[in-house]
Amino acid sequence: MEKRVTFKGIWLPLLLVAPQIVITAVFFFYPAGQAIWQSLFIPDPFGLSMQWVGLGNFEFLLSDRFYRASFLTTAIFSILVTVVSMGVALYLAVLADRLIKGSGTYRTLLIWPYAVAPAVAGVLWLFMFNTRVGVVTWYIGLLGYDWNHVLNEGEAMGLVVVASAWGRISYNFLFFLAGLQAIPKSVIEAAAIDGARFWTRFRTIVFPLLSPTTFFLLVVNIIYAFFETFGVIHTITGGGPQQATTILVYKVYADGFVGQDLGSSAAQSVILLLIVSVLTVVQFKYIERRVHY
Amino acid sequence: MAGQGGMVQKRGSGLWLTHLGLIVGVAFIFFPIWLAFVASTVDQQAIVRPPMPLLPGDKLIENYTRALTSGVNAPVATMLFNSAVMALGISLGKIAISLLSAFAIVYFRFPGRTLFFWLIFLTLMLPVEVRIVPTYEVIANFGMLNSYSGLILPLIASATATFLFRQFFMTVPDELAEAARVDGAGPMRFFFDILLPMSRTNIAALFVILFIYGWNQYLWPLLITTDPEMNTIVMGIKQMFPSGDDTADWPVIMATSILAMVPPVLVVIGMQKLFVRGLVESEK
Repeated sequence: MEKRVTFKGIWLPLLLVAPQIVITAVFFFYPAGQAIWQSLFIPDPFGLSMQWVGLGNFEFLLSDRFYRASFLTTAIFSILVTVVSMGVALYLAVLADRLIKGSGTYRTLLIWPYAVAPAVAGVLWLFMFNTRVGVVTWYIGLLGYDWNHVLNEGEAMGLVVVASAWGRISYNFLFFLAGLQAIPKSVIEAAAIDGARFWTRFRTIVFPLLSPTTFFLLVVNIIYAFFETFGVIHTITGGGPQQATTILVYKVYADGFVGQDLGSSAAQSVILLLIVSVLTVVQFKYIERRVHY
Repeated sequence: MAGQGGMVQKRGSGLWLTHLGLIVGVAFIFFPIWLAFVASTVDQQAIVRPPMPLLPGDKLIENYTRALTSGVNAPVATMLFNSAVMALGISLGKIAISLLSAFAIVYFRFPGRTLFFWLIFLTLMLPVEVRIVPTYEVIANFGMLNSYSGLILPLIASATATFLFRQFFMTVPDELAEAARVDGAGPMRFFFDILLPMSRTNIAALFVILFIYGWNQYLWPLLITTDPEMNTIVMGIKQMFPSGDDTADWPVIMATSILAMVPPVLVVIGMQKLFVRGLVESEK
């Protein structure tokens, strides 16, 4: 797509793109290049020189038990966050869509957790489930359940999943509600006249028509779970216990900044970079296809 | 189905069940925030001897004053100010540079145009989380640790906004640029007098999204602001927890959490229409 009418000049447009190009070069391309470059070296223990190891860092990483465990943790974590937040959001959107009046009020009430930072969401859930003062911990203690996410790996994972999914419900709800409202009511009414009950209508008509929205949200939520949940994990578990909640992004931080293992951290960055690229391509491919509908 | 809605919408008992389901959902969403609010209005004693009350106490003014003026490591008022500078810097800065470069890419033919376009396009792919270590080194070498420019600049280097404005400029009728040219108006005159006013809604929608994005940053401020006076509020909350076995100052921490939510929530609720629009467009 090109404009027919354009202005003349070479220096003016170069001047106009200059700020973005400079900032992108200095704060994006240079660091990204550095990450790739550093991933091919190991610094000596004193940080004075770098030793070329080729793909050594990658080989080491892929054979590292902890790194492989972190992959699995990330997979479980992202799938759970995506399923929980999309499931709850779809349920609420279907209910709101059934209302003639008032769905706008519920929308207003449901969208504002979107504005709550993941790190703040982490603090809120940590407070409820705190082992000493948490309200929820205390009440489920009455029921005879001894909650301790500081020691129990499964409970730690459960807590970071719920805290991450919670803030995401708003976003998914908005998209699902918009998707549902775009489905022509006449189609559904036709099915209702034919005697199809709610669940049948949902399964055979609504859900298939909603699939573009669902697929889009699937990709976006996985990207969210991969990258933007750092705040939740850092505030609630710090990756523990025994690395049970150390997702890949957290490990880049933990190895690079806390552990000062720059070569390994850089190699991890490069692997993450490949993962985002694949996800982004999937997302674009899909959107491209949808534009043609 | 005139007026009263279709037969697939609910009436009578079904309607009440629908409302009930939604209210349960809203309650689930609100409970953590409500609890934080209650905790910010009672004293420490009420919290450390569980179960804490579920209705607000009378220490609201005391707790918030304590948080804002002294906090734990730095006054929360300072952290709020830092967050505001960072969020505004990121949103306004990104909008400004993106408007200019989108204008150049759409309305000019210049050497390297396609290359620039693809270079900018590439940045869509990489969140700052992926390149933290080398970006940190760049900032450190420039002496920008603990500075506003260090907080802002690396987060401006992404192309979402450029893309949005490019898409929008493509839909602007060619006749307008033609008319401006015939009238002898230069490109910048066209940009400021015609293009910019036409982009108002898009700019506002994008502002909402970028403001929240900037305000809610966590990892980046955590890395580069070691001085408590430069902490942003979202990252500062975690720093308020004592290391070791001491009991956290829960009322102040929860008051700070509430304060950290207020500005972005006000922006979302106050500009709801623009927010929804910005969200849908920036993802497409």
